[in-house]
Amino acid sequence: MISSKTTFRGYRRENGRVGIRNHVIILPVDDLSNAAAEAVANNVKGALAIPHPYGRLQFGADLDLHFRTLIGAGSNPNVAAVVVICIEEGWAKRVVDGIAKTGKPVTGFGIELHGDHDTILRASKVTKEYMQWASELQREDCPISELWASTKCGESDTTSGCGSNPTVGNAFDKLEPLGVTMCFGETTEITGGEQIVADRCATKEVRDAFMGMFNRYQEVIERHKTDDLSESQPTKGNIAGGLTTIEEKALGNIQKIGKKCKVIGVLDKAEMPTRPGLWFMDSSSAAAEMVTLCAASGYVVHFFPTGQGNVIGNPILPVIKLTANPRTARTMSEHVDLDVSGLLQRQKNLDQCGDELLEVMLRTCNGRLTAAEALGHREFVMTRLYESA
Amino acid sequence: MIHFLVHDKKDTVGVIVVEGVKAGQELTGWLMEDDSTLKVKALNDIPIGHKLATQGIKKGDTVIKYGFDIGKAVSEIKVGEHAHVQNLKTKRW
Repeated sequence: MISSKTTFRGYRRENGRVGIRNHVIILPVDDLSNAAAEAVANNVKGALAIPHPYGRLQFGADLDLHFRTLIGAGSNPNVAAVVVICIEEGWAKRVVDGIAKTGKPVTGFGIELHGDHDTILRASKVTKEYMQWASELQREDCPISELWASTKCGESDTTSGCGSNPTVGNAFDKLEPLGVTMCFGETTEITGGEQIVADRCATKEVRDAFMGMFNRYQEVIERHKTDDLSESQPTKGNIAGGLTTIEEKALGNIQKIGKKCKVIGVLDKAEMPTRPGLWFMDSSSAAAEMVTLCAASGYVVHFFPTGQGNVIGNPILPVIKLTANPRTARTMSEHVDLDVSGLLQRQKNLDQCGDELLEVMLRTCNGRLTAAEALGHREFVMTRLYESA
Repeated sequence: MIHFLVHDKKDTVGVIVVEGVKAGQELTGWLMEDDSTLKVKALNDIPIGHKLATQGIKKGDTVIKYGFDIGKAVSEIKVGEHAHVQNLKTKRW
């Protein structure tokens, strides 16, 4: 049983935050720098390149989100040190300066006036030093209150709302009194259950901020939709799994916030929370986008309930998968960290499944690789707000 | 053996939680809110995860699951009939 005395073996970073992984990452600022970043990771064993397709000619709020996501990912305490590569040195420096505020080692390189070969050589030398330095860092006992845990579900079906999402909710209800920092999001996927979330907000200010985010996202849907979004939200996979409407999907989705947790605040995309408790993040419901935003906000472990079997992972944020669908547990077992299908046959109760999930969480925090990590799932997907200039 | 789950007493649909349900099969359901059981005869083959009506639903009726509105019936749904995109639609969007 988890209690306020529970500890986990984490890496304490220069700024005091605690991580559960010890990655040295090569972070490209733009699409053009992916090749050099991947070459550096190939030169230095154990270093991790984080390729992505964006970063050119973005502007305004979309550019701000791009930088916030990159700086947040580099600042995440699961990361020991960072090498930043950008076509232009000036924007590399902007990301380096943001990450440097954590006190962790970070160096940036611009490709222009050097070319790929020289950049790869210089960046590889620094990465090799970082890798050897990081390899000597030790885990230490850290109180459970220093943990940051996020959640988002994917390829949901009706068993998600019956079993795997309530299991996460049970775990959240147990973590909240221990001072854990938590978040959920998926703004459009609350459609039909928004009043339930609004009623769980701790204050009128939080409630108004949540409803403001919810209503803004509804306007985006109304502006761009060409039909009732069937096969997009709910997805074709959701429908194959038996989910029929967005309202039904939403009511299953919000089982993840448990029965007791209060929503203490709202976060913009990739914004860092400022105190323990449950936060709502305004975010896409697409799995890799949302999990990447959680990584950029500083969360170090993630609960991902699935029905039909989403296979997502993230390079920085370990993703723990659970399912209550016995067919998925059987046919996709290599992706499943916890099978809670016994819930649906009354063989187990929710409290038992919640405890089992917390045990898997602690083992993951102490170093056990999740299924997604072992299988090499490293989906790092930036959220875009609108077209590039 | 539990064949289907019902979340709330007010619900008019339940969720099939076993594979291979066939038309004509007598099904046992678990009403989670008060831990009681109920019986329904399936009118169609229904895949795992899909819903069946546990009460008769008329065209235009609001369909209830988790005790809340999940959309409207666009045709009649008989007790034991497969309730999905062919007869149930969102009220949003």
